[in-house]
This record gives sequence, structure tokens and C-alpha cells, in this order.
Amino acid sequence: MSVKRAIQDIPAFRTRGITKIYGGRGTAEVRALDGVDLDLPEGELVVLLGPSGSGKSTLLNIIGGLDHATSGQAWFRDQDLTAMTDRQLTRYRRDNVGFVFQFYNLVASLTARENVALVTDVAPNPMRPEEALALVGLQNRQGHFPAQMSGGEQQRVAIARAIAKRPGVLLCDEPTGALDSKTGTAVLAALEDVNTRFGTTTLVITHNAGIRKMAHRVIRFQDGRVVEIEENETRIRAHEVTW
Amino acid sequence: MLHALDRKLLRDVWRLKAQALAISLVLACGVAIFLTGMGMVRALDATLEDYYNRQHFAHVFASARRAPISLLGDVEAIDGVQTAEARVVGSVVLDLPGRIAPAAGRVISLPDAGPTLNVPLLVSGQYPRKTAQNEVAVTERFAAANGFRPGDRFAAIADGKRLLLTITGTVRSPEFIYTLPPGGLMPDDAGYAIMWMPHTATAGVFGMSGAFNDLTVKLRRDANRQAVIDAIDRLLAPWGGVGAHKRDLQMSHAFMQAELDQLRNMSAVLPPILFGVTAFLVNMVLGRIVTLERSEIGLLKALGYRDSEIAMHYLMLATLVAALGVCLGWAAGAWLSSGMSHLYAKFFDFPWLVEPHAIDVYAIAGLIGLASAGIGALRAAWAAAALAPAVAMSPPAPPAFRRGVLDAVSGWLRLPQTAMMVLRGLLRWPLRAAFTSLGLSLGVAILVASNFMLDSLDAVIETAFFKSNRQHATLALAHERSLSAVSDARHLPGVLMVEPQFDLPVTMSVGPREKKLAISARPPGGDLARTLNVDEQPITLPEKGVLLSAKLAEHLGVQPGDQVHVTLSGLRKGEMILPVAAVTQQYIGIGAYMRLDTLAAHLGEAPRVTSLNLWIDTDVLPELQAALKTMPALATSVMLTDVRKSFQDTISENVRINTLLFLTISVLITIGVAYNGARIQLSERARELASLRILGFTRAEVSTILLGETALLAVMAQPLGWLIGAWIAWAMMAGFDSDLYRIPLVLTPQNFASASLVTLAAVTTAALFVRRRLDKADLIAVLKTRE
Ligand SMILES: Nc1ncnc2c1ncn2[C@@H]1O[C@H](COP(=O)(O)OP(=O)(O)OP(=O)(O)O)[C@@H](O)[C@H]1O
Ligand SMILES: [Mg+2]
Repeated sequence: MSVKRAIQDIPAFRTRGITKIYGGRGTAEVRALDGVDLDLPEGELVVLLGPSGSGKSTLLNIIGGLDHATSGQAWFRDQDLTAMTDRQLTRYRRDNVGFVFQFYNLVASLTARENVALVTDVAPNPMRPEEALALVGLQNRQGHFPAQMSGGEQQRVAIARAIAKRPGVLLCDEPTGALDSKTGTAVLAALEDVNTRFGTTTLVITHNAGIRKMAHRVIRFQDGRVVEIEENETRIRAHEVTW
Repeated sequence: MLHALDRKLLRDVWRLKAQALAISLVLACGVAIFLTGMGMVRALDATLEDYYNRQHFAHVFASARRAPISLLGDVEAIDGVQTAEARVVGSVVLDLPGRIAPAAGRVISLPDAGPTLNVPLLVSGQYPRKTAQNEVAVTERFAAANGFRPGDRFAAIADGKRLLLTITGTVRSPEFIYTLPPGGLMPDDAGYAIMWMPHTATAGVFGMSGAFNDLTVKLRRDANRQAVIDAIDRLLAPWGGVGAHKRDLQMSHAFMQAELDQLRNMSAVLPPILFGVTAFLVNMVLGRIVTLERSEIGLLKALGYRDSEIAMHYLMLATLVAALGVCLGWAAGAWLSSGMSHLYAKFFDFPWLVEPHAIDVYAIAGLIGLASAGIGALRAAWAAAALAPAVAMSPPAPPAFRRGVLDAVSGWLRLPQTAMMVLRGLLRWPLRAAFTSLGLSLGVAILVASNFMLDSLDAVIETAFFKSNRQHATLALAHERSLSAVSDARHLPGVLMVEPQFDLPVTMSVGPREKKLAISARPPGGDLARTLNVDEQPITLPEKGVLLSAKLAEHLGVQPGDQVHVTLSGLRKGEMILPVAAVTQQYIGIGAYMRLDTLAAHLGEAPRVTSLNLWIDTDVLPELQAALKTMPALATSVMLTDVRKSFQDTISENVRINTLLFLTISVLITIGVAYNGARIQLSERARELASLRILGFTRAEVSTILLGETALLAVMAQPLGWLIGAWIAWAMMAGFDSDLYRIPLVLTPQNFASASLVTLAAVTTAALFVRRRLDKADLIAVLKTRE
């Protein structure tokens, strides 16, 4: 077994017994995650499905370094995320993770280009903001403020911002949740493009079951547990997704 | 290339420009006042020190009736004395060409070897020749005010002798940086001359050959001041010495120190208030911004920005606002300092303009300004840094409103829903409401203090001139005379009434406490110079005992019924024990008062007179003044009407400047607090208010809810402002409490009312600006954005 192969064998994410408990002390305890074991191979497009409140966002926050688990362990490649301090997590996010959220989360007082620059300013090996915007088809909207763009356009700016740093992983929490089918398709196409072009491991949370056919792997959540993992033999393209 | 985060910073500042400016102006005001106060204190201190050193300003001053010149050697032999100089000084009346009223003058002898202490600084011409009989150097100010140049002449009446004096040169002296004419309350350049005359000539004029009556002493660094003073007192006692004193009782120096104290007080009180308000405003505004940008902060963290970078981002926002304030403050302070130093040039006679601009004072003012904004920003920056990224990403929980006492009360009062919204808003952030109210009340308090100053000085004038010293003029006699002087004076043209006064220099003591002063003895039932009781009602002089002014009684620690020990100084020898009959009210100087006949009986001699108080027919004033110019036994004459006028003029000018300053400060604070408070409420309630508009509420109704809270806080601030203002007034009164001046605590309803009117008007202006924003707000946009 070559050294190269060995490195590729390490999954992008690996979790063992990840548990997250909210509340307690007075308020009722909520077990948002209840012992999640997962291996997400490098380079895959993974879709995370599950009813509302099943813990999808919680998991994404933990492996994205935004939150701490109550117990259990999670690794990004060979780094133990659960052992990291806040400062180390910040470093980890800065260097490896791209986020896309349901509500775009653009800074209202910055233009499209500047919102992307927000990331390229601090990332170690970024693209130029123009380049990232071109990748999502927004090369002509660089000087526009979020208020001057549609929801789909804003979401594509958010994707451009997420990929501009050439992240190791792309974590998307309901990226099409607020969009109609046409703009949603454009956003999915952008994600698909990044995944195939750069081999970026991409995790997409969605309520749209149609999207699962795009994925290499589909993970189904219920009550804070993984209930089913399915690998797709054949995948459809973004524009074939039905809503 | 600007980083994207820096661009956000600049756009944020621009978006907040009105609020930022309101804060900057408050800060600028603090910086400017600190700069001016500290700058002037430092500059004056340095100028004084420099001037005193160069001209050898003395440390100890003493006077005697007539001491032999041989005594000087004994003085020089006192341990601790470095240099001693004996002089002859005397008062003269001046008859100036073109001036109807007599002017006053003070002649100071120039030692033959040239002065070694208090050396006058030659401005033009030269010193008089040693042997000259009728040559003098005069103060530059006197010369300039009268248009005199070296070579000009004027007449002086000294000891009944008329002299024609020639001006050889003009000078300045460290002894006379601030000069009050006898009996005057304000400098009078044209009407009061200090003249330096060769020793021999001076001694001749005042009959002091081989003698001196004024002693100045420079001490060695290690000298025991009190020991030297005691030794000098012992040496001079046989020769009518009236007590040596340090610089603190030298008039010019005492006034300079009083001015410095006032500057120090100003820079100790006002800037901290302004810096405090700045910190509060920055805290309030930035706190709101961090709340608003919660999700953006979460995003930045998700993107990998460090906590420190995010905290820095918000600190920088405050820093930009502070930098603007500091720059404005520097500019305003530079302008204010220059104005101040020109004002000083008008009142104080310095050889060079006091240069108030010192780089380090600017630097300190700037740093304090930045620090106060920084301190205000810390909490918000800390909150931003401490936000957990996952929490920041989710929308904040809606604020928890609780049903409580308020609901019970409102149900009972049947308050409309809009009033409930206002009240709940207040209770939701009680601390912020309290601080806002406090900020607004400081605006009121500053105006109350400023009004108090006006009212108090009015009361001083009323008491000093209209209740107690009601005479038109006071004539000081060159020598003590018998009561026949009264009938002589009555024959002067236009004189309707004459009341005699006898001033006896004494040392009053009670145990270890003592005070040097003059007892003023007058006939009972006088109608011109009157004494007032503590309620400012005239009281007749008692048959027995002495009346003491409140400040003097306090200094000696006595009350009516107690006794004071009186040691005569000057040429009379002896001691008396006098009962304190009552305490009197007086705001200018200190005093002790007795019946003329009682004092004469104590002294065992017939009543004597040293000055005469006159009530005159002002229509024939010019004739009287002409007669006074040639009256032989007159030392000086003081027109109290003129004194009052110059006092009022000067005070009204100073008060105008002060009122403007305080008004500016108060309005800036009030607008800064009210505007920012209302803007934050607007931002917090935008969604709520927009929904109301969509439900059909009118603009006016919606503004009522928004501005109701500000109005309520402003109204609540008034009584607190009055209270704080009254306290500041009290502190000012306590701070002004010196032997030179005191001021009464006068707080009128008009004062409080006008302070409230001004601040409420400022609040209304601020509220109207915010209302205009509310009217222009885009309802749809507000509803679409998520908080
Ligand atoms: N800060 C919190 N405090 C308490 N409970 C929380 C908190 N955040 C999430 N939860 C709870 O944790 C559980 C999982 O939440 P999570 O946001 O991960 O669900 P989700 O699968 O992303 O749902 P959705 O599809 O609606 O976004 C839910 O029951 C939620 O109520
Ligand atoms: Mg979710």
C-alpha cells in the first residue's frame, strides 16, 4: 500500500459517539445528538436528510468547528476536533471549512465582491474574489450590495465566499431552503461544480428529498441518530433535480 | 488595499454618522476644556515661575510705619534670608491732564544701588536718574491707558505737596501682574498708577529720610519661612510693623493663584463629566450595534475570524468616533486657549503672551479622549468576542417581556396600549434608562450651575453696594485726623452727607488662631456704610464688643458671646479683649466692625478718623472731583459708583463667556444622549412600529410611542438635574470660599425653570430629527429583513 493511498484512506470526517445535550439544569434536557458514528470519505458530495429537529444542524456545527460536542469524538482528517480549543477551532475554520447557510448571511454593508473578500483576506491560499464570483456566474454583479440582489444570487455569493478560500470541506445548511426551483437549481449546480472541479468534500443538509439523487452518499437522521446510510450507484445532475 | 472588514468599518461609521457626530462633539468638548484648562495652568505656572525668577520676586513682604534703615542689616542677618530690600512706599493722588476725577497712585522707591528684588522690567525709556527729584518710571499699562510717553508730565499730590512728575520710562513688575486700585474690585489701568522714584526723592516726599516702611525679602532655598517671618515681625514690631507675610497674601500673586485654582477646578470637574458621558454613549450605541450584527459576528467567526479580530473591529469603530472627537477637540481647544490667553493679556500684565500650546498636553488630552471611548466600547467588544458562533447564527430569542406590577397598575389606570409599549420599553432596559436619564440630568445640572453663578454674583453686588456700602465715594486720608475732618468734608462742593470711619490695624487671636486685619470703627446708626446680619438685614453697631464677618468668625472659631484677643499693630501698642457681639454677612473680603466711640474708649483717646464716606449730589460731581485733586490731606478717593460699574462690566463679560461655554456643553450632552437614545429605540422597534403602521396607525401615533420613552426619561431627568445642579452650586460656593471672595448659595425657581426649558428644547430637537427618520423609513424593507 503506497503512502499516498494511505492518506486518501483517511476519511474527511470521522465521528465516534458524538452526543450533544442542550439544556438541563432547570429546563428540560434535549438530546440533539445521541451517539453519532459516521465516516465521510474525502471528495464526496454527501446529503443529510431528516425531519426538523433531528439534529442535522447540530452535527454540522460540531464538525464545522462552530460548537462543542457534549461527548464523543470527531476528527477532520487526522485532527481531533473535539480536543481543540476555541482558538484552534477558529484556525481550523479559517484554513479548511467553507460554510453556506439557509439565510445567505451576507454582510449587508459590503458588496458581493467585498463579502467574498472577507474570506480571501484571511485565508492562506485563496482565489481572487472575482474568480470565485465567476465560478457561480456572478462576475457581473461584483459591485452590488445584498439588498440589490435576489435570494438565489445572494446564496450564490455565499457559495462563492465559501469556495474562495479553496476549502477542504464545504458545509451547507439548507442552501436552497429559501429558494424557488429555478434559483435553487442554479445554486445546486454551483455546488456540484465545485465538488467535481476541486474534489471538495461537500456536506449538504436539505429537506428536499430530490436532491439526494445528486449525492454520492445519503445519510438519514432521526432523533439525533443516524438511521440509514445509502450510497448512490448512479447520480443525477443538478439540473435534473425535481422539487 | 483596504480589507473587506475595514470597508465594513468605514461604511458602518458613515451609516452612523449622525450618532457618531453627536458623540464626537461631546468628546470634543471634553478634550477642548481639558486642553484649555491644563494648557493654561501649565503655561501660567511656567510663565509665573520664569517671570518671578528673572525679576527676583520676593518671598516675604512686610511693612512698618517707619523703621530706621539700619534695621536692614538685622533683617539680612536672620537665618534663611538671602536678600532683603528696604523701600519707601506711599500713596498719592494724581491730577491727570484731561481727567476730571482724581486718579490714585502708589510710589515705590528705587534703591540707589538699583533694585535687587521685584526688579521692574523696563519697557520703554529709562529708569529715573538717582539724583532726580521729580522723575518716575510708571507702569506700561498706566502710560498706555492715558497715552503717556517718556517725557510726558503729570501732577501728583503727596502728603499735601503738589509735585510735577516727569515720566522717564515705562515698566512692568512681577509685583503687579494683577493690580487693584485702593478700594477697587477690578483693575483700573487709567486711574491707578504704580510709580518708581529714586530712593532719596521718595524719602523726601514722604518724610522718610534714613528710614523705610516697606520690606521685601528673598529666602534661601532651605529657609524656615515661618521662623523668618516671626523674626521679621519681632524686628519691625517697635517700628509699627503690621505683620510680615508670604506670597500668598501678596495681592497680585494671590489673584494669580486664585485664577490657577479656578482653572484647575474647571479641568477637574467638567472634562470627567464629558468623558463619562462619551463612554456611556459609546457603550450604548456599540452595544446596540453588536446586538444587531449578532448574525454577522457569528458569520465572521464561522469564516474563521479570530475573537480578537472581531473585538478589534468594534473597538476600531469606537476609535474612529473618538479620533474625530479628539481632532475636533484639539481644534476647539487650540482656539479656546488662544482666546483665553488674550483674555489674560487683558487682565494680567505679563511681559510676554502666555503660550498655552504644549504638545504633551495635546497628547494627554487625545489619549484620555481615546481611552474614554475605548472604555465605553469594551463591554460591547467583549460581548462580540464572547458570542459563541453557533449561538450567533441562530436568531436571538425574542426579548422576554413579563407581566408584572406594571400590568396590574395599567389595568387599573386603563392605560392605552401605546402607553404600555412605552412603559415596557423603559422597564426592559432599566439600566440604560437610568443612565440616559442621568445623562440628561447632567445637561440640566450644568445649566443650573451656570445660572447659579449669575444669580450669586448679582447677590454679591446687591449686598456689597446696595445694602452695605451705599456711599457714593470714600476718601482715604493721608494721616489720622480728629472728627473735625467730618465738618471739613461737609464743606466740599456737592457733599450732602459725611460718615467717618477709623481703620485700626490689629492682630486678632483666639488661642492659636490669629488673623491680621483692620478693625473698622464707625459711628452708630450710620446710613451709608452699613453692617448686615447673616440675613442681610442692617444691624446697628453694638455699644460693647465687636462684629465679625462670618468668614473671620469661622477662621477664629468664635461665636457671638465669645471673646477675641486683639493686639494693636502699627504705631499704637497695647492689647484688648473684646466680646463678639454678632456675626455679619459680607462676600468681599473679611472685616471687623465697632462703634467709633467704643474703640476710642478702649484706646483711651479721642475718636480719630482715617477715611470718610460721602453721599453726594452727583450733579456737581466735577466740582467735587476738582476740589479733591487739591485737597491736601487726602491719600486716595474712591468713587464707589465707578467701582460698582467696572465690577459689573467685567463680571458681565466673564459671565457671558461662561454662560456660552456651559450652554454649549449642556446642549451637546443633552442632544448626544437624547438623539442616540431615540435612535437606538428606533432601531429596536423598527419592526414593531412598521407593523403598527401596516395595521393602520398614523405616523403621529407611531412617533408618540417612539418618542414617548425619550420624553418620559427627559422629564424624569429634570428633578435629578436640579438636585445635581444644586450640589454643584454648593460645591462651587465651598470652593470660592476664600478671604478674598465668597459667594452666596442663591438658587431660584427661575434658575431651575430656565435650565429645564433649555434642555427640554434640546431633547425636542433631537427627537424631531429621529422622527424625521421614522417618517422616511421604508416599511416593506423593515419587515423583509430579519433581525
Ligand atoms: N441552543 C439550543 N438550546 C436548546 N436546544 C436546542 C438548541 N439548538 C438546538 N436545539 C435542539 O436540538 C435539537 C436538534 O436541533 P437541530 O437544529 O440540529 O435540528 P435540525 O435537524 O437542524 O432541524 P431543522 O431541519 O429544523 O433545521 C432540536 O430539538 C432543537 O430544539
Ligand atoms: Mg437545521
